[in-house]
Amino acid sequence: MPMMRYREALNQALREEMLRDEGVFLMGEDIGVFNGAYKVTAGLLDEFGERRVRDTPISENTIVGMGVGAAMLGLRPVVELMTINFSLLALDQIVNHASHIHYMFGGQVKVPLVVRMPQGAGHQLGPTHSHSWEALYLHVPGLLVAVPSTAADAKGLLKAAIRDENPVIFIEHEYLYGQRGEVPDDDEFVVPFGKAAVRREGSDVTIVGISRMAVTAEKAAALLSEQHEIEAEVIDPRTLRPLDLDTILESVRRTNRCVIVEEGWPHGGVGANLAALIQEQAFDDLDAPIGRVTGADVPMPYAKNLEQIAFPHEPEVVDAVLATFRDL
Amino acid sequence: MADHPLPEPDVAREWFETMLLIRHFEERAGEQYARAKIGGFLHLAIGEEASMVGTVRAMRDTDYLISTYRSHGQTIARGSPPGRVMAELFGRVDGLCHGRGGSMHMFDLPRRFMGGYGIVGGNLPIAAGFGLAADYMGNDDATVCQFGDGASNQGTFGETMNLAALWRLPVVFMVTNNRFGMGTALERHSAVTDLQVKGEGFGVPGMECDGMDVVDTFHVTTEALRIAREERRPVLVEALTYRFRGHSMADPEEYRTKAEVEEWRKRDPIITFGDRLVAETVITEDERAELDAAARQAADDAVAFADASPVPDPSSLYDDVYVLGGQIQGWYSVDERGAGVRKGEDLAEEHA
Repeated sequence: MPMMRYREALNQALREEMLRDEGVFLMGEDIGVFNGAYKVTAGLLDEFGERRVRDTPISENTIVGMGVGAAMLGLRPVVELMTINFSLLALDQIVNHASHIHYMFGGQVKVPLVVRMPQGAGHQLGPTHSHSWEALYLHVPGLLVAVPSTAADAKGLLKAAIRDENPVIFIEHEYLYGQRGEVPDDDEFVVPFGKAAVRREGSDVTIVGISRMAVTAEKAAALLSEQHEIEAEVIDPRTLRPLDLDTILESVRRTNRCVIVEEGWPHGGVGANLAALIQEQAFDDLDAPIGRVTGADVPMPYAKNLEQIAFPHEPEVVDAVLATFRDL
Repeated sequence: MADHPLPEPDVAREWFETMLLIRHFEERAGEQYARAKIGGFLHLAIGEEASMVGTVRAMRDTDYLISTYRSHGQTIARGSPPGRVMAELFGRVDGLCHGRGGSMHMFDLPRRFMGGYGIVGGNLPIAAGFGLAADYMGNDDATVCQFGDGASNQGTFGETMNLAALWRLPVVFMVTNNRFGMGTALERHSAVTDLQVKGEGFGVPGMECDGMDVVDTFHVTTEALRIAREERRPVLVEALTYRFRGHSMADPEEYRTKAEVEEWRKRDPIITFGDRLVAETVITEDERAELDAAARQAADDAVAFADASPVPDPSSLYDDVYVLGGQIQGWYSVDERGAGVRKGEDLAEEHA
């Protein structure tokens, strides 16, 4: 299987879907002539032309809304927003419109729209370019939410997102763009939504890692094995809506312990939500309270040392896992 | 504003009938709201019938119309059965949206009425998206986007004007200037009160029509649609109109005087158009009364139809949150209403 970077895998997904379906087109700020702020769309303007790769003004709410309208008429727009922070400018179109339209109009019309954007800390971009907000979009019925953590998933999930009939919030990660992985070289390689990936098998504890934190969780699991003889099972849900809760529950019923790792804020976070769902259905199987490792409950600071302690790294995950074994 | 001749008698008569139907429909809706048959907010378009009918009659069946939370009349003008519109107000299964949308969210896909929207200014980007889709697919469908004077202050107004002009989209933006953004008068909410010029800085030329005159509205919209369709560029049309009722049924109207309302009522689009049809011998006074009675009956029938329609089945609560494929994987909706947790999408199955 060819190795490629996460951003290249996304590019390949866009290209393949544009070749496959004439209705797929791209809109976004600086995606064309500039080749994309993170180069995900590199080369696509040259290949497909201005009709299908559309540079837009800086008008997030309106370009997403135009995507909603075009999708309602049967096209498959893929809108790129430069960071997840900027998506808040489009929250009206995403939440009040894209997610509601199928339901509030009684199922008469569909909105097969993909809104792509990166999130995540680590590049010293400060409080308006660094957050992790999968929890915001997970909150909204009507939206699907994908959080790919590998190059292969980036490609396979994006292709699935473009083919899906629902509006999809597709959350990429700035740190992951440069990471390499094996990616199937197959036009029909699609990763279905709602199917978690078990990144590492283990019988002692279940670690659920979201977005980049799936990578962090896997590294932490290696440390746990080497240093503490704890074999962790690492699960990457890959999509948060639909959620493969069954795979997570099946694992927790075997390991009897669970830690959830995310980069976003703790209050109302993905972990808070997952912990509630797990304890409701697997309370008797749990030998310890469910642990959470989250980003710090602060706006993202600029200073490098502060930023680095404001999102989770392996040691915090190890600590949280060890805490589930204490006092027993 | 030019004095346009009337259209062919059959056409003029049909416009009048539709305006009467909207008027009586809205009056019945107001009554049913007072009787608590209709919930939520109810925004009536009494006084705005000419701007609605004149606009819709200038459109082709293949054109798209998108509007606001004040859109019962527009979807009726597009041909939606009044009973189904009323049933939506009643929250019944036979409503246009099966009781999911209510007054503010009408939608009728076969008639290309692409929705009433409850967020002021929220429909403008979507309208531009329709224009983009027509352009992309290479057809000559045009879009008419109606919104109120209040929406011209939203960010989406400027953003959408710019994009529509930049990409030469075939969209007619029609700002229905009824002189109030809810209870705030035009001159208190907009620095520029000549709304047709508000698009010019973005490259969208303006036109104006007398929204109290169905004939003038028809002619101006026809020309605007021609420009959009043939010259491939957007136009902003300002329809000068007035709503005789409050913003919604929950409006005590403390922001305007009765005298002002009375002054505008002299220009009631139905009375003035009816007078003209009689004066130009398109109809007689007797026929006018007959048409009025027929419209009243149609509105009564709509109420009866709505009242007879069942409420939605509780098991349908989670229907159409998502478009589900044959193979459902994972949990889409989580049902946590009460003891235990289950997939929302399984609800209908459990009730079956």
